[in-house]
Amino acid sequence: MKISEIYSFKGLYRDDFRVTGYEFGEGEKSICIVGSLRGNEYQQMYVCSMLVKKLKKLEEAGKISKGSSIMIIPCGNPYSVNIKKRFWSIDNTDINRMFPGYGLGETTQRIADGIFNVIKEYKYGVQLASFYMPGHFVPQVRMMKTGNENIDLARKFGLPYIVLHNPRPFDTTTLNYNWQIWDTEAFSIYTSSTEKINKESAGQGVDSVLNFMAKEGILDYESSGFVASKIVESENFVTIRSNSAGFLDSIAKAGDKVIKGQVIAYISDPYTSDVLQTVKSDYDGIIVFAYDSPLAYMNTALFKIIPEKSQ
Amino acid sequence: MIESISDVVRIPLPVGEEFFIKKHRLEAEGKAKKRICIVTGIHGDELEGQYVCYEVAHRIKLAQENLNGIVDIYPAMNPFGIDSITRGIPAFDLDMNRIFPGNSDGDMNEYLASEIIKELSDADVVLDIHASNIFLTETPQVRINEVSVSSLLPLAVKSNMDLVWIHGASTVLESTLAYSLNSKGTKTLVVEMGVGMRITEEYGEQLTEGIFSIMSELGIWTGEICRTRQPIIAQDNDGTDVCYLNAACAGVYMKERKQGSFVHKGDTIGKIISPLSGEILEIVRAPEDGLLFTVREYPVVDEGSLMGRILKQKVLSENNV
Repeated sequence: MKISEIYSFKGLYRDDFRVTGYEFGEGEKSICIVGSLRGNEYQQMYVCSMLVKKLKKLEEAGKISKGSSIMIIPCGNPYSVNIKKRFWSIDNTDINRMFPGYGLGETTQRIADGIFNVIKEYKYGVQLASFYMPGHFVPQVRMMKTGNENIDLARKFGLPYIVLHNPRPFDTTTLNYNWQIWDTEAFSIYTSSTEKINKESAGQGVDSVLNFMAKEGILDYESSGFVASKIVESENFVTIRSNSAGFLDSIAKAGDKVIKGQVIAYISDPYTSDVLQTVKSDYDGIIVFAYDSPLAYMNTALFKIIPEKSQ
Repeated sequence: MIESISDVVRIPLPVGEEFFIKKHRLEAEGKAKKRICIVTGIHGDELEGQYVCYEVAHRIKLAQENLNGIVDIYPAMNPFGIDSITRGIPAFDLDMNRIFPGNSDGDMNEYLASEIIKELSDADVVLDIHASNIFLTETPQVRINEVSVSSLLPLAVKSNMDLVWIHGASTVLESTLAYSLNSKGTKTLVVEMGVGMRITEEYGEQLTEGIFSIMSELGIWTGEICRTRQPIIAQDNDGTDVCYLNAACAGVYMKERKQGSFVHKGDTIGKIISPLSGEILEIVRAPEDGLLFTVREYPVVDEGSLMGRILKQKVLSENNV
């Protein structure tokens, strides 16, 4: 294992800002995995740390294929993690809205540029991603429909779902999008959580990346937890929204199979506990996202369901 | 004149409160009328537009017989942000100016964005007033996306601003209020002036004169208007008209020149100092002759932080300045 400094600069009253990479094997730049780019992406960094631990052992056992090199960057933004702030410490900009970056630009553009210069030549790119709303996902591989997406490759992660979605304007400045534009096969992996570490789901994320590397001949590794993925277009997700605001009491969780009419949550008055809304599933299907916060606003996406017929 | 204050949108919040966006309508009586909308407060830390909203309404009320149309004033599109000194939408950590045109079936913020678009879509002109951010002071200017130049430039030159900056198209900016409205055919000008968290009365007066000038152009105002200034027009479609001054290192920036100064190549614009060591870390010099139209206000800088922008001399020459 080689530890390298991917990008750094001096702080005023803080220690240097440093992005650290962990490299395994030698030769062709085969795969790069990036964890947290935001200050609250603990689960994403945790998955990377578990990968580093596993790969260290696999490398010592001679299991990394000759001519393949693997790069893990657990955290692209330690400054924000250490002060528990989601975005950049001083100006609140988002590094994952700055790719491909600009070396002569503003601070987060420079960080994105510094990272991207090192990782843009990898054949495969995996980003451990998070959603902007608090909640839990069924583990999935997400791919943007840029015209370059390769679904057969995505199957090699062995995660339950492959979700395809159309890029929105802001997606064009994300790491995943720019990787694809620079001819890296890019995937976003969503495990169940962001700000809380879920070890079981993290383990599934680690297995999925190792499965992919094994199937692509980067690693000699016996696959575990591999399942045949279902392909879903995100536009086929059905969103169950709140039509009132108050305390949220969720009964169902991500991964649950639900039937039409089943009660999956209640929203209650925060002063009197009176039920304001009994939230029911509109379809038979699987819950792939469940919102997780004690408070629900009006129109909050409480659940996203894949209807049975679209699986 | 008919005057009203009403809700654009009102929805319940989880705990003992309702969320609303208010508008102030000043409307001449009778006949078909043109309508101008004055919008501000999409970024909660930008307050320059607050004074403009007050001043426009105040001046209309003093000479209401001259009103010949509808003036709708929206001082707080992001009321949570203004209340909590937050640029984005608190609780969601979203930049409100990156969620347009919104979605009426989406979450609360997407719904709000879609209602705002619906509210503003049939206006003849919309002015979206911004105030840079807390880091930078901007010379009063209108910013126009190159795709909307033909429809917006004739109005922008009436706005009494010092500069019209025509910038290249960018996919990211497609989710702004101005882009969404312009793409629907609603003429929308973006004003940037002053600095975040402060109000510069002089700039507010300047823009107010510009708004009356635009209202006069549209026939909404029949009273006398001041003679407006001729702005410098930067046709910066390819991004070569402006020099950007980014910090070479972290430190404390001490500005030496004000926004609106003409500078020569090599002039000192400011310096980055280290309070810890008592040293000058960088003397920031103008890389070219030009107009310093953006200056840094917030002193703490990281490597890369923007300290200023200079509009190059070639643009000034093209404008006979």
